[in-house]
Amino acid sequence: MPRPGFVLDVDRSTPPILFWRGENFSLERLPADRSRVIYPAEPMPGLHDVDGEIRDALLDPMDMEPLPALLDPDMKLTICFDDASLTLPKMRRPDNRQRIIEAVLDLAAAAGVDDIHLIAALGLHRRMHDYELRHVLGDRIFDAFHPRGMLYQHDAEDHDNLAVIGETDQGEVLEINKRVAESDLVVYANVNQVAMDGGWKSITTGVASYRCLSFHHNAHTLQNTRSLMDRHHSDLHKSVWRMGKVLQDHGPKIFTVETTINNDAFPSPFDFLSKREWEWSAKDRALYLATTKSLNRTPNRVARKIFHGIEAPYATTSVQAGFTPTVHERTLEHVHAQHLVPVEGQTDILTMGVPFISPYNPEGIMNPILVMCMGLGYMFNMYRGKPLVREGGVVIMTHPTYREFNPVHHPSYIDFFDEVLTDTTDPVVMGEKWEKKYAEDEWYRHLYRTGNAYHGVHPFYAWYWGAHGQQWAGRVIIVGGDPSTVRRMGFTPASTMDDAFEIASDVVGRSPTISHLHLPGVLVADVV
Amino acid sequence: MSAADRYLRSGQRAVGRVERAVGRAARPLRSYGFPYRSPNVPRGVEVPPEPAKLGAAYETEWARGPLARAARGMITEGPLRLLVAGIANPDITGLDRLSDLTRLDEPPPVIFAPNHHSHVDTALMIRSIPMCWRRELVVAAAADYFFDKQWKAALSALSLNAIPIDREVTTRRASDMFRDLVADGHSLLIYPEGGRSPDGWGQEFKGGAAYLSSRTGAPVVPVFIDGTGAIYGKGMKRPKPGRTKVIFGAPLQAGPDENTRRFNTRIEAAVTRLGDEAITDYWTASKRAADGSNPPLTGPEYNGWRRQWQLSERRKLGAAGLRRRQKRRWPDLG
Repeated sequence: MPRPGFVLDVDRSTPPILFWRGENFSLERLPADRSRVIYPAEPMPGLHDVDGEIRDALLDPMDMEPLPALLDPDMKLTICFDDASLTLPKMRRPDNRQRIIEAVLDLAAAAGVDDIHLIAALGLHRRMHDYELRHVLGDRIFDAFHPRGMLYQHDAEDHDNLAVIGETDQGEVLEINKRVAESDLVVYANVNQVAMDGGWKSITTGVASYRCLSFHHNAHTLQNTRSLMDRHHSDLHKSVWRMGKVLQDHGPKIFTVETTINNDAFPSPFDFLSKREWEWSAKDRALYLATTKSLNRTPNRVARKIFHGIEAPYATTSVQAGFTPTVHERTLEHVHAQHLVPVEGQTDILTMGVPFISPYNPEGIMNPILVMCMGLGYMFNMYRGKPLVREGGVVIMTHPTYREFNPVHHPSYIDFFDEVLTDTTDPVVMGEKWEKKYAEDEWYRHLYRTGNAYHGVHPFYAWYWGAHGQQWAGRVIIVGGDPSTVRRMGFTPASTMDDAFEIASDVVGRSPTISHLHLPGVLVADVV
Repeated sequence: MSAADRYLRSGQRAVGRVERAVGRAARPLRSYGFPYRSPNVPRGVEVPPEPAKLGAAYETEWARGPLARAARGMITEGPLRLLVAGIANPDITGLDRLSDLTRLDEPPPVIFAPNHHSHVDTALMIRSIPMCWRRELVVAAAADYFFDKQWKAALSALSLNAIPIDREVTTRRASDMFRDLVADGHSLLIYPEGGRSPDGWGQEFKGGAAYLSSRTGAPVVPVFIDGTGAIYGKGMKRPKPGRTKVIFGAPLQAGPDENTRRFNTRIEAAVTRLGDEAITDYWTASKRAADGSNPPLTGPEYNGWRRQWQLSERRKLGAAGLRRRQKRRWPDLG
């Protein structure tokens, strides 16, 4: 039986704690008697027969007819699936999306359905490379559908192929991919790594237009999203659910398949990262030393290649299919069973090691904006109830925050960094002043549609993602970050963790309480 | 008397002398008789045949000992690897379908059931099967072909970890042996067709794999091998190097109410579907499988030249056809 997550109160006997530092790690000693470390639960056991469970879920779905009863030969069937932003790191083959889609295709073949389209639900993310599609869907599906043009990626800027489904009672327009809108049945294949994923959010953002996304992807909504991992207290999810209702009433029939995965993110030899430090064997310690020492001497490019090459041995913990809201509620139960860790009260400081990857740089560079997005967006939001740090407290992140960008994936991020961040770091101001210019820029639009670039507006969204954390924290310190880059983002650079605590003392006094979010292994602190 | 006659006579005398000398030497043995000579069989008595030590009765236990395993490991990683890479150049797909088993700490034994066109198939399969099963793999080989002579039997057992199996029937003894082998953690490679294809098309599946799976509880992994028939098919005098494709299917297990015959039909259908996948794609093969229209491995019903004609058409679409496709050669412009 895997051990649940827990909170370790740091005392003098506590060993130094592991912090991610981009494509490296470090061990940091936290002050005794006023620090605590929140550890995630150990990986839950996976299902024995995942394919069998998927088949059973399709044949016995929740609040819907069995999938075979929804299929007929003359129908238009569209299968949508999450893009490369899930999972992190990428799942070892076969990916759950491949398993789901193959099971759906088997039933579709039996029903004689010919008109099938497979659409990668990218939203405004970059188009996936062919090898990424192969990884997600497997060679069989790729080879069968891609050459025939039946497997393609959503294009949020292809206005001829977008359709308005309706409007919510708050005036939010739901505009989605025309093929999806005109389908008789849409099957959505989901991998739910965290509680934020899935439900109506998958389809109403994955195949939506910029106009549609801008109703909830904005500074105001995200400042009131508390948190991203708590659907019932998230303005983003509330907006998305309103759109989901419109889709349910006026759109095509949606059959959702969601799968949850456990915390087993790193294979050998990196599996020591998931262990609790006092349980490291001599081999783990040797591996840690060898890895950090060699990574210190490795060029960034090579280190990135090594880390992005990691394939996680996740096990699938549950499969649910059927009516989207019902499915998602069950999914959340499974996600929470793996992630929730009860924590008592807030502290003055929250520390976190920011890893090499975020949902927006699979196979790419973790540029400074993504560091902010990952730290203040995703990691800060890993709570339910209230944040781990008190309002006005300090957030300390560790990451090298080098000023490097991937010009193919993140062209607009480069200009955002040089043009927008030099003007303002306030998400509300930048939204009003700059967003439209980037969103409607023809060159970014061209790169998004024909290359592998994120949409021009995407750096704004990445910045908004951290808006709640940015607003909540009194100061944000990045340990080990490039000073000028960190300052450009409105944060404070520090060389060492001790320096960071010293700097933080201006805000939180000389003896602040500290929480550390221990990664890897995903956790959501259930703060009471 | 001419010189030639003289030579002939002296030769004849020499032969006569040798004959007499041999006769004298053999005389005591003849006079001693049984037990120095084999006994005469009394009239009206029928001598029971000696228990056979070859064929299906060949004892292969020694080939699973540590020394033989070490030797086999070297053969598999050395000459066999070179042979397969050199003449078969395989493209192996579908291993992801086995990932639920391979990722276990101790993957359970399985029964691999490929189609069979060539002697190359076994070497190709040994090299294609994931490492977690390769070391414990036992190959079911035709007792009347691979175990009919002592040297062939020893070589097959040592190099391929082959065990003899009767082509036509799975005897009680054989099935007990397989059950024990599976219980010991050995996986099995068995060709349900019973032998190599005589004409390049497949043959109907015999029920051996299905029966052994039901008996041992080990799942059957359907496998389609494409291209080996053109490399070293039955009747070919020497191999013609080419390209091959090995496609693994999802493991199959007999249902609770499924008898061996039906399970065997399902295994054959799975291999047929993989065969279709090899020449078309996954979706086409799936659709055809759903309405039962995958091209049968056994080929068209009619006989004669048209059957052979259609085989060449099929080979063009498969891995064997790739060899014939010429790469575009660009002019050397300096």
